[in-house]
Amino acid sequence: MSEQIGGLSRRNLLRLSAIAGAGVALGACDVGGNEKTGGGGGSGEGKITALFMKQAGYSEDDIRKMTTDFQTANPKITVEPTFVAYEALHDKIVAAAPAGTFDVVLIDVIWPAEFGTKRIVNDVTDQFPASWKSDMLGGALATAVYHDRYYGVPWILDTKYFFHNTEMLTKAGVDAASLSTWDGVMAAARQLKAKKVVEFPLVWSWKQAEALICDYTQLLGAFGGKFLSEDGKQVLFNTGGGVQALEFMKHSLDDKLTNPNSVESLEEDVRKIFSDGQAAMALNWTYMFNAANDPAQSKIAGKVAVGQTPAGPSGAPGCNGSMALSVTSGSKNQKAAWTYVSYMTSADVQNKFAKSSLPCWTKSYDDQQVISTLPQVVAVAKKALGDMIVRPQVPRYNEISQILQAELQNALLGKKQPKKALDDAAGQATGLLA
Amino acid sequence: MTTAETSRPPPVRPARGGGRPAAPWRAWVRPAGRGQTRLALTLLLPAAAVVFGVVLYPAGRALVISFYDVDSPFPGAYPFVGLRNYTEVLSDPRLWMAARHTVYFTIVSTALELVLGIGLALLLAAPIRLRWLFRAVVILPWALPTIVNGAMWRWILNAQYGAANAVLTQLHLQQDYRSWLGTSPFLALNMVIVADAWKNTSLVAFFLLAGLQTIPNELYEAARVDGAGPVRAFFRITLPLLRPAIALVLVLRTIEAFKVFDIIYVMTGGGPASGTQTVTFFTYLQAFSAQRFSVGAALAYLTVVTILLLALLYLRLLRQSELRAP
Repeated sequence: MSEQIGGLSRRNLLRLSAIAGAGVALGACDVGGNEKTGGGGGSGEGKITALFMKQAGYSEDDIRKMTTDFQTANPKITVEPTFVAYEALHDKIVAAAPAGTFDVVLIDVIWPAEFGTKRIVNDVTDQFPASWKSDMLGGALATAVYHDRYYGVPWILDTKYFFHNTEMLTKAGVDAASLSTWDGVMAAARQLKAKKVVEFPLVWSWKQAEALICDYTQLLGAFGGKFLSEDGKQVLFNTGGGVQALEFMKHSLDDKLTNPNSVESLEEDVRKIFSDGQAAMALNWTYMFNAANDPAQSKIAGKVAVGQTPAGPSGAPGCNGSMALSVTSGSKNQKAAWTYVSYMTSADVQNKFAKSSLPCWTKSYDDQQVISTLPQVVAVAKKALGDMIVRPQVPRYNEISQILQAELQNALLGKKQPKKALDDAAGQATGLLA
Repeated sequence: MTTAETSRPPPVRPARGGGRPAAPWRAWVRPAGRGQTRLALTLLLPAAAVVFGVVLYPAGRALVISFYDVDSPFPGAYPFVGLRNYTEVLSDPRLWMAARHTVYFTIVSTALELVLGIGLALLLAAPIRLRWLFRAVVILPWALPTIVNGAMWRWILNAQYGAANAVLTQLHLQQDYRSWLGTSPFLALNMVIVADAWKNTSLVAFFLLAGLQTIPNELYEAARVDGAGPVRAFFRITLPLLRPAIALVLVLRTIEAFKVFDIIYVMTGGGPASGTQTVTFFTYLQAFSAQRFSVGAALAYLTVVTILLLALLYLRLLRQSELRAP
């Protein structure tokens, strides 16, 4: 090492700088203003690639089966699916965008504003049939919309439901009907703890990640809070219901009703802890019902009940956790990509795989095939899906979410008072709304 | 080593049809014909193109981007903002918090790896039976990819069903299952350090083992004759003679530790309460999650400058220690 540096003569250093300078000069091209090289329609045939996530919603197996069926129906198109963790999905879409690596991507309900304004995914408003708008559920349609334009087709319609372990509740003598309000849930948790049925009755996904915001959103809605003002220019989560929601979370930790490991858990951890019989109640997405009732991966199969999210003083809105399939702007084969998206989101395909994720189509909820696969969930979903709260639809949502995640954790770990933490988050977030 | 440059023997013409000359490479390149130089350059061209393509061009582009306000991954026209990205990011308290974590991580992990590494190297150098087996086993952690190492430690330290809790509880070293990565940001940072040290100590040990093997045994024999015990021999002979190897390891490990990213991404994701967020992790979040590519580029350059300063400082120390070495 020292040999190279020590032996570097002044002339060589100059040469090196010249080469580095050339690198900088070349690097400067483009930032000045070359035209964007976009994708193309393509022939509607050939190979396309698609990016999905590995957790919640449809399983990897489901998606592979759907894709095989699609290829049978469309022999001229081959699809290569890729799967990543939800936590890596956003960044992968962004990093792959310029190269057009993926033709179809799965986007979360919080991203249309960002991906739409930055033209990472296509505006498909003109291709979106009017019949879809009337036939899909309102909560689903909102998934892919930003400023009245569609940036994808809704595919996973989801909100967080409240699950409980029927055996534990019976043991503690708790009436399941009392779980319809958060006050009732807390009373039930105290009773479960007092009777030593389970050490920590509740478990949540409060890790510093988007999952934390989902749980917080649901509570914020129940306590009547708002993320932003009507005009979207002011942060409001540090007032009223927003603060009460966080205080509620903190109290449940302080009273040892919530598993302290919640602050390092994601949805999958919640599922495992709940399925392991180490928690009596939990919020989670639809998929947990099926997974926790599967004897192969659960110790409590057959003892799982699902209900709507409990109500607070201002009702019981569920966090809209839906996702959509989009065609990327960098795709060279957008026609084939759209064919694939149309197929995957169709009512027939969604009905067939309703076990993992409920369909986005209104008529599906009267479909015997759907009702018979998950009768308990469908009954609850009919009510829950009509009342959902969305996280802020702003282009810089991801940044705001990161700030909020950190401050929520500051409060949950007792490093700041809830109000102070939210004020600090609001202070940093306000500048990002413009 | 640097002295080799000045005491280089004068260029020697290669003997016709003779074997390879022992002189430095310049000795035979210089007198060669123009055709040979051209051939050499042609052969070097692909490598130069690769270096330019994957190192210099991206580095140059990142520097340029850091003066603009690039907020999407696509090429296009973006406003020029001068040094605003740098001033903005330098006044961001989140950067300074991340910098504190980075400095703590760098110092503690490097120190830990060095101390453990010296011990391990001494052990591996000792004349024990099955030494080859021990050496092979010790290198294993280092052969593991960091991502795998991170995932492994995340499972070991899982609060609910991790092996660490099970072992410590069953040995009655702790009362109950506890959280390692979730409830205390400082503890989580230290646990990441443990995971990092577990993997990298073996690398440090092997560098030092190589250094140990250059120390002549006669020195120890002479010391023993003079009545010096093993402790004294270690401090008077081993440590001073190991100094070049230690310096090298320090340079490598400090710079690597300063750039720590993957193990944090896998083990904690920067949490809890951003307590394990380091500068490179913050850079990643800014660039890719927030799509503030210019801020990310500015942060990356600040990191590069810091590492460059560190490297220069170390190289100077290294050279001084070499000059003083016998």
